[in-house]
Amino acid sequence: MPFSLHFSPTPLITAPSPLSKPSFLVPYYHTLHAPKSPLCFSMEHALTHQGKQEAFDLRPEDSQTLPLGLRRDAMPSHVAVIMDGNRRWARLRDLPVRSGYEAGVESLRKIVEICCKWGIKVLSVFAFSSDNWFRPKVEVEFLMSLFERGMQEDTGIFFRENIRISVIGDLTKLPKALQELMVNLEEATKNNTLFQLIVAVSYSGHYDVVQACQRLALKAKCGLIEPSDINVSLMEQELETNCTEFPHPDLLIRTSGEFRISNFMLWQLAYTELYFAQSLWPDFGEAEFLKALLAFQQRQRRYGV
Amino acid sequence: MERIRERVIQIYGNLVSLLQKCIFCILSVGPIPNHIAFIMDGNRRFTKKCKLMEGAGHKVGFSALMSMLKYCYEFGVRYVTVYAFSIENFKRSPEEVQSLMDLMLKKIEEILKKQSIVNRYGVRVIFSGNLKLLSEPVRLAAERAMLATAKNSKAVLSICVAYTSTNEIMHAVQESCEEKWDEITLLNSSGAGYGLINLGGYEQDEMDHLIKLTDIEKHMYMAAAPDPDIIIRTSGETRLSNFLLWQSANCYLYSPSVLWPEIGFRQFLWAILNFQQIHFYLDKLKKQS
Repeated sequence: MPFSLHFSPTPLITAPSPLSKPSFLVPYYHTLHAPKSPLCFSMEHALTHQGKQEAFDLRPEDSQTLPLGLRRDAMPSHVAVIMDGNRRWARLRDLPVRSGYEAGVESLRKIVEICCKWGIKVLSVFAFSSDNWFRPKVEVEFLMSLFERGMQEDTGIFFRENIRISVIGDLTKLPKALQELMVNLEEATKNNTLFQLIVAVSYSGHYDVVQACQRLALKAKCGLIEPSDINVSLMEQELETNCTEFPHPDLLIRTSGEFRISNFMLWQLAYTELYFAQSLWPDFGEAEFLKALLAFQQRQRRYGV
Repeated sequence: MERIRERVIQIYGNLVSLLQKCIFCILSVGPIPNHIAFIMDGNRRFTKKCKLMEGAGHKVGFSALMSMLKYCYEFGVRYVTVYAFSIENFKRSPEEVQSLMDLMLKKIEEILKKQSIVNRYGVRVIFSGNLKLLSEPVRLAAERAMLATAKNSKAVLSICVAYTSTNEIMHAVQESCEEKWDEITLLNSSGAGYGLINLGGYEQDEMDHLIKLTDIEKHMYMAAAPDPDIIIRTSGETRLSNFLLWQSANCYLYSPSVLWPEIGFRQFLWAILNFQQIHFYLDKLKKQS
């Protein structure tokens, strides 16, 4: 009987480390973070997205196997990510900031692919915070065009791979064309069931609670409810994460070594396990993601009891 | 011999105290956090680890709390908040819940004594949470403590009891809606908009006019304190467990691996040093928003 030996690549991990070592020795702008790969050719050219249709390589048989150590029964249903460190990544390489964001988009594509393979149902990403509107105009405009380009280019992949896209945030502040694109993409992919990507744009946890409160107040105004009817369940129905079956992330990953939530999904993160990764977002790949998931699977979750 | 030993311990204690004061002097050259919050996790694990009687871990934990309060107030931190008892903790065994309530009652009486830390540092005590869920003796003791310390103005200690952040937010949303209720009822009684508004077609301006962020914030249990600068959760768990979710938006999160009864000066120092390192950037963020 023929057989073949499959050597799965050894993940670059040691035992998952408890998060008791703050990055206090490293200045905020990580000058000690050396880039891992040499950049001897035109990085800008290499980073521009090419062959997007080949970006996903979802082999059906891979979805059955997980890397060594990961338990299928303990996989998080919903992972949230604060994709921090794109600008620092570019600065460290003497590249313009936009190269950092483009590298960040590549990193996101890879993580979405891995989530699909490993059976994670929902991935939420903090793409653009309400606070980010205060960044330089040129940078904001570039980001808006990056979102538009990314969504247009990947539309084929979303349909082919059965991926549902949802967008949360105050979309009224976005350019009209981008608003329309997002709304149309949400509508067109709403019946896709394999995986859901929630993109938080012009979003903050405070905004989410305030808009839920405003909707409840409007219902009270219409006489549909009384203020005393307001409970946790009614609140959850009005939060923007009502677009998913799993509104509460099991795991939040923040890259670049910063230990804070930065106003992302505050209500929904009540019992979420927080994982702070040292890598900058464009460097956060499969090995780092595996490390985060292994650490998550070690956690004892008590939900306050 | 015994007297010499006591003397040596006293001298050692004074030296340690002096050293701590020197360190605080040096640290106070940099920014001092205005508000530190603690999630006091690990008391039960400490009991198991040290093979103590049930409930002993929480008693040692209370001493640890007194030490941390002393460091905070000596260093100049004006607001301290502690997560003493979550609404979810009511789901624990009735014996454990009762033992915690008894401990809380005993300790509330203690902190009101003249020589306690509260009076030494002029601390105003506030109990934040859904106090109606507490048994009457505990609720009354809490109210007495708040009244007795209401005039203290040097520092504030917020003790979160029968608290979860989602309950706090929901309560604040409810209060905000009720505040607008008179206005809404008036509109409804005059026939303006009752049952005729298509929810899907409302104007953004109309929505924004109804409730604002500041309306919700002023109804929070924690409205008397500014947002925390640091949240410290002991025992190595890295999650907020429904504590100060609203207020932790831009706060530095520190999760040392020590269990709460084991926390000491070293962890306090570590937290301050890290806070000072990132303070400048966080300050810029706060000003932008």
